Amino acid sequence: MSTRLATGGRLIDRSKPLSFTFDGRSLGGFAGDTLAAALLANDQMLIGRSFKYHRPRGILASGVEEPNALVGLGQGPRFEPDQRTTTTELFAGAATVSQNAWPNLDLDIGALNNLAYRFLPAGFYYKTFMFPRFAWKHLFEPVVRLSAGIGRVPKDRDADRYEQAYDFTDVLVVGGGVAGLAAALAAAKGGQRVLVLEQTAHWGGRAPVDGIAINGMPADAWVAETVASLAALPNVTLRRRTMAAGVYDHGYVVAQEAVADHLPGADLPRHRLWRIRAGRIIAATGAIERPLAFAGNDIPGVMLASAARDYVVNWAVSPGDRTVIVTNNDDAYRTALALHDAGLVVPAILDARAKAAGELPALARARGIRVLEGRGIARVKGGKRVKAVEVCAQAGEGAVLETIACDCVAMSGGFSPVVHLYSQPGGKLVWDAANGMFTPDPARAPTGADGKPFVTCAGAASGALQAADALADAHAAGGGEAAQAPRAEAAAEAPMQPVWMMPQGAPAKLRFKMWLDFQNDVKVSDVQLAAREGYESVEHTKRYTTLGMASDQGKMSNINGLAILSDALGQPIPATGTTTFRPPYAPISFGAIAAEARGEIFQPLRRTPMHDWHAAAGAHWEPVGLWRRPYCYPRGGESHSQAVNREVTNTRQNLGLLDASTLGKILVKGPDAGRFLDMLYTGVMSSLPVGKCRYGLMCSENGFLIDDGVVVRLADDAWLCHTTSGGADRIHAHMEDWLQCEWWDWQVYTANLTEQFAQVAVVGPNARKLLERLGGIDVSKEALPFMAFTEGTLAGIPARIFRISFSGELSYEVAIPASHGLAFWKACLAAGADLGLMPYGTEALHVMRAEKGFIMIGDETDGTVIPQDLGLGWAISKKMPDYLGKRAQERSHMTNPERWKLVGLETLDGSVLPDGVLAPAPGANPNGQRATQGRVTSTYFSPTLGCGIAMGLVRRGPERIGEVLEFVAAGKSIPARICDQVFYDKSGEKQNV
Amino acid sequence: MLTLTCPCCGVAAEETELAPGGEAHLKRFGPGASDEDFEGYLFARKNPKGVHFERWRHAMGCGKWFLAARCTATLEVFGTYKAQSPEPPPEIIAAIKARRPDWKGYS
Amino acid sequence: MRRYSVFAVAREALRFHAGWGRAWAAPEPKRKYDVIVVGAGGHGLATAYYLGRNFGIRNVAVLEKGWLGGGNTGRNTTIIRSNYLQDPSAAIYEKARSLFETLSQELNYNVMFSPRGLLMLAQTEHEARGYKRTVHANALQGVQTEYIDAARVKALVPIINIEGPRYPVLGALYQARGGTARHDAVAWAYARACSDMGMDIIQNCEVTGVRSAGGKVQGVDTSRGSIDCDKLAIVVAGNSSVLAEMAGFRLPIESLALQALVSEPIKPAIDVVVMANTVHGYMSQSDKGELVIGGGTDGFNNYTQRGSWHHVEETVRALVETFPIISRLKMMRSWGGIVDMTGDRSPILSATPLGNCFVNCGWGTGGFKSIPGSGWAMAELIAKGAPGPLAAEFGLNRFREGRFIDESVAAGVAH
Repeated sequence: MSTRLATGGRLIDRSKPLSFTFDGRSLGGFAGDTLAAALLANDQMLIGRSFKYHRPRGILASGVEEPNALVGLGQGPRFEPDQRTTTTELFAGAATVSQNAWPNLDLDIGALNNLAYRFLPAGFYYKTFMFPRFAWKHLFEPVVRLSAGIGRVPKDRDADRYEQAYDFTDVLVVGGGVAGLAAALAAAKGGQRVLVLEQTAHWGGRAPVDGIAINGMPADAWVAETVASLAALPNVTLRRRTMAAGVYDHGYVVAQEAVADHLPGADLPRHRLWRIRAGRIIAATGAIERPLAFAGNDIPGVMLASAARDYVVNWAVSPGDRTVIVTNNDDAYRTALALHDAGLVVPAILDARAKAAGELPALARARGIRVLEGRGIARVKGGKRVKAVEVCAQAGEGAVLETIACDCVAMSGGFSPVVHLYSQPGGKLVWDAANGMFTPDPARAPTGADGKPFVTCAGAASGALQAADALADAHAAGGGEAAQAPRAEAAAEAPMQPVWMMPQGAPAKLRFKMWLDFQNDVKVSDVQLAAREGYESVEHTKRYTTLGMASDQGKMSNINGLAILSDALGQPIPATGTTTFRPPYAPISFGAIAAEARGEIFQPLRRTPMHDWHAAAGAHWEPVGLWRRPYCYPRGGESHSQAVNREVTNTRQNLGLLDASTLGKILVKGPDAGRFLDMLYTGVMSSLPVGKCRYGLMCSENGFLIDDGVVVRLADDAWLCHTTSGGADRIHAHMEDWLQCEWWDWQVYTANLTEQFAQVAVVGPNARKLLERLGGIDVSKEALPFMAFTEGTLAGIPARIFRISFSGELSYEVAIPASHGLAFWKACLAAGADLGLMPYGTEALHVMRAEKGFIMIGDETDGTVIPQDLGLGWAISKKMPDYLGKRAQERSHMTNPERWKLVGLETLDGSVLPDGVLAPAPGANPNGQRATQGRVTSTYFSPTLGCGIAMGLVRRGPERIGEVLEFVAAGKSIPARICDQVFYDKSGEKQNV
Repeated sequence: MLTLTCPCCGVAAEETELAPGGEAHLKRFGPGASDEDFEGYLFARKNPKGVHFERWRHAMGCGKWFLAARCTATLEVFGTYKAQSPEPPPEIIAAIKARRPDWKGYS
Repeated sequence: MRRYSVFAVAREALRFHAGWGRAWAAPEPKRKYDVIVVGAGGHGLATAYYLGRNFGIRNVAVLEKGWLGGGNTGRNTTIIRSNYLQDPSAAIYEKARSLFETLSQELNYNVMFSPRGLLMLAQTEHEARGYKRTVHANALQGVQTEYIDAARVKALVPIINIEGPRYPVLGALYQARGGTARHDAVAWAYARACSDMGMDIIQNCEVTGVRSAGGKVQGVDTSRGSIDCDKLAIVVAGNSSVLAEMAGFRLPIESLALQALVSEPIKPAIDVVVMANTVHGYMSQSDKGELVIGGGTDGFNNYTQRGSWHHVEETVRALVETFPIISRLKMMRSWGGIVDMTGDRSPILSATPLGNCFVNCGWGTGGFKSIPGSGWAMAELIAKGAPGPLAAEFGLNRFREGRFIDESVAAGVAH
């Protein structure tokens, strides 16, 4: 059984006991424990169940590569599934639950799959579940989904907060092991800014566990000294608990700092997402040990040799009383030594190599540990925990030579450099056959903006697995001179021998029990099946078997799987290739990625100066771009539609007030401004007299209508262009594009003044009276006729008044400096109380413009409509030789007389046509779809007319006035007559009074 | 996450400050142009896998448009230059040739 | 072809599955084929399959520079829908969707088509009107969709936040028979069926040149030698411009990176596909339990299959706001593909300036869902030399005539 040792544990503080729960059971640990260490200390070998067969799963590793020991952590709004126990620092009160087991971990009904394992090989679902046809969706898939999935679904909104930060550095060192520290020190001495990230809470990595000496002192001491020197340098920043998740192009790195995972309840952001721009990246990310593939290698109690050593040395946790070591390399002997020296029993070391003659085996033998050469494991005996191993000859087919009772198996299949950060931005790898690993290919490193390599692997990550080599390599990567490199003293290691399957001649029965991907239940037999079936690319095999697709993303399984596949295909590993590493290196929280952008500040909110007044007046909001505009202002229990009708009627009969501040306002100025606007608009703007307004249409170069609005000539050389509310930034950019890139020699200046001015539309028969009361500017018909502009001081506020109308009523749009917007709005309200003044919202605006037959960009247009379709020929100059979109509008499809054109539509019964409804034409098109001849673009109830009104695009529409079309909605036919699109005040008297 | 140096303000701007604008050095065809020329101007794109000339705007910075020579296969940037250039200037061509000896040249 | 069934699996189980043969053959290229399809993605393989199935043309090679299904077919978010607005789009996507309904049975390979329902959220008045319009159009196009209110959205997706505050959900366009399928399996299923018809799928065979004489295609040069053909189909998505250049013409295509990502696997959390276009993100859950998430494309030409981080942030932000419970889940893997965007964001199925050379490209972000329909229409185009009704509107000539098929209904603006 696993238990806490009486002494030792370099990372734990025995004076700080902590209690936590697992599946409701109260357990104890110490400060400094990981969850995994604490669980093991309590003999909790069984942590969860696997994905497909629901096999018992224990702790396999001690770090970020752990595929099995995932738990649900926390409760309520702080519950998180799939939390990796090996990287989670223990905290007081941590509530953890096992995953993927029902009704409970020990008695999981899903484990029935395990009995049927032979019937559920890789890809069995591709070959089955096809009949009857509906059964996949209704029967099979729900079962598959329930059985899979592992973690429980959080139920509540996250109670924690997250934040993001930027950093910039010349050199980013990823990894705070001895290689990373050596590289950082060397780089820092050159004076460059250096940032060092370490994913755990501790500096030093594996070296202190491995008992290495550096520069004549124990690794722990060297690490402490080096960290202290680095911390003292002004150009160095050290960050622990920060994992570099992804390296992107041009030196961009995303890292996640676990700020408060270990301090729940502290008033801190839980995670901080760092966005780092680095000149150069040194990936001192170490190497990860590989499992060996033998039958029963997934039974709880089988773990990586390095992990077993970590638990003993770092946390004083014994993984078992009797641990059998199985290895193909010397490093695992360190585990034997560590366990033995902690007073634990190592009954045997099974070394797959024919000879174990190095320094480390000699040390083991000297302690009286049995070393069996050329041996492997035929089978691990046990169910929910290891009971014994059956020993066989590695060279054979699994005949059992001996059975050794044990409760832990520590395995080592060699090490794989962590090359993820090098590979992510495009770095390529080479296969090192002697050491059975992929290493970075210096000739094909990822390149940056300057075309030069910007990621270097250092230490074990570059394949320098021995401590002395690793330090020298890292020191050089940091730019240090060879003579000054830190010197490591460690036992020399004899070469490893790649072993991909144990024993090498294992029959199918054993291969069906050899796990490669522990979480996803992919076995040697599955990969071999994939190869047999022609899924020969490593990507095919991955996808067919799900190898490496689990939440460890292949850290445990990729190389072993690749080797088995290559063997099955009879080709060397490099010929099979490797898969591409993708960000993130290990999972990072969506919370950190989204950070503060939630709720009200999900996106920036643009507010007009009157925004708060609208809110206080009970406005029902409508999002318009990043703005929020009042849709209507319901009063005392009114429905929205009642409010809209009231606002329309009141505006038409008395006086309405609209906050039009969101309208785009772009100043275009300069000697060539008129010429420029003539190119931008379909109509002539250069001829507009000063003080006058003109409606204009803007098209894309592709001919389609993109925006409209009133253009005002402010002065000889200055025009003010109004755009749609959503369009100001886009249109301003559009203007600048043409000005800077095409007509760059024209003297024109543009400025987007949208937020500099508040704008208020004063609309209705009493509009003039109100402005006269406000006083200061003559707004009489003579002084300020329709489509004219003036400026002066109104109500004591500097104001521009445009006499334009989007409602058909007598209407003035008043622009005032934004800082006076609210004051002016209130002044209007105060002065207009007895004139029947009421504010109105966007929907009333829409209804009134539709009653008047005015188009709305986005309703009458949809990116397929040209001005000619909308009866706006009067706004298109025939004389101008060129404007943006003119050539496009000459193309055959654009001049086709069959195009759908704008008309008015009135239902025969006065009802309101549904939004977007279409009118079928006789027959069907060649694809069997009903032919159509028109559609509704805008449809409203008109309170003014007391019936429904609509506009629509109809094939040859204007030629068919009076004709009745049948529109179809939900199978029902609605007859509507084609009519003039102007429903209200056709002669335009009202706006012209 | 690209970084491009704006030739107008000199800032090494990162992608989030920049707005991409598609292929550079397109010749505008307006009224009077043939259907073929007009179609080519609006739609036909080189879209090469390799050396590419493109438009960018330093939208969240100085607001100026500029042009960049960039490799679409490696994202290497050979240089940036003024938007008001009818074709890539000699120093940009030289920079590309230095890095891509096999490049066939601008056409 | 060995038939797949539960009985076959059971029989094989008794002998440790030693008896399964190759799903598709690995032949050497022949000297000449009637038709060469370049690109063994879903579209290329489906094109080949329907050439054989519908037109009896079986002397076909499908050439693939990497491994089959390794491009966008294996990199998308597996969404299937046909709720398009414009007639030509609705026709070809609905053809594809309806073929997906029976694809597993037809190809004897479970592609796990799961018509679990698809929602496109309306979060502005403008969007709501647009989706209502789509529903009316779909009704006449024979595509079953409906507009549902926010309460029904919430009932279908209990984890959704419909209250905003910034973009409350007003309703949704709902296609009950939209859903997902297992993307890799679609390519593998077609490959197996093509191979079974005697077609040659040749992987690791990169086309390096297109040979022609007298304005007509003669064959291709490849990394595995020259191969002649009567007809050539270029079906290579993001690499279309590269192949077009070899064939001597330009396409209205730009290649952009599109990213997707998945969460760690969790138990069933969401039973439908949700697309939120106002905030730019979409999400579904795979049968393995991962939340599958996608968003918008990068804006610049890119052949690296690597995207920019800020798009990941934008997408995740949108989805955390839409589904607040995912905040404590983790991103497990992200990746990129190269999508081929046309001038009107609609695909191209067309003859080309080079005789007997046809192109199928421009599917942009909509490629996976269209695979069967695209293959069906492309096969007809190749076999007959002229487009059938499904492909008729998707010719290259539309760019000259100004006859676009634009689905990006309106630039959402209002006064």
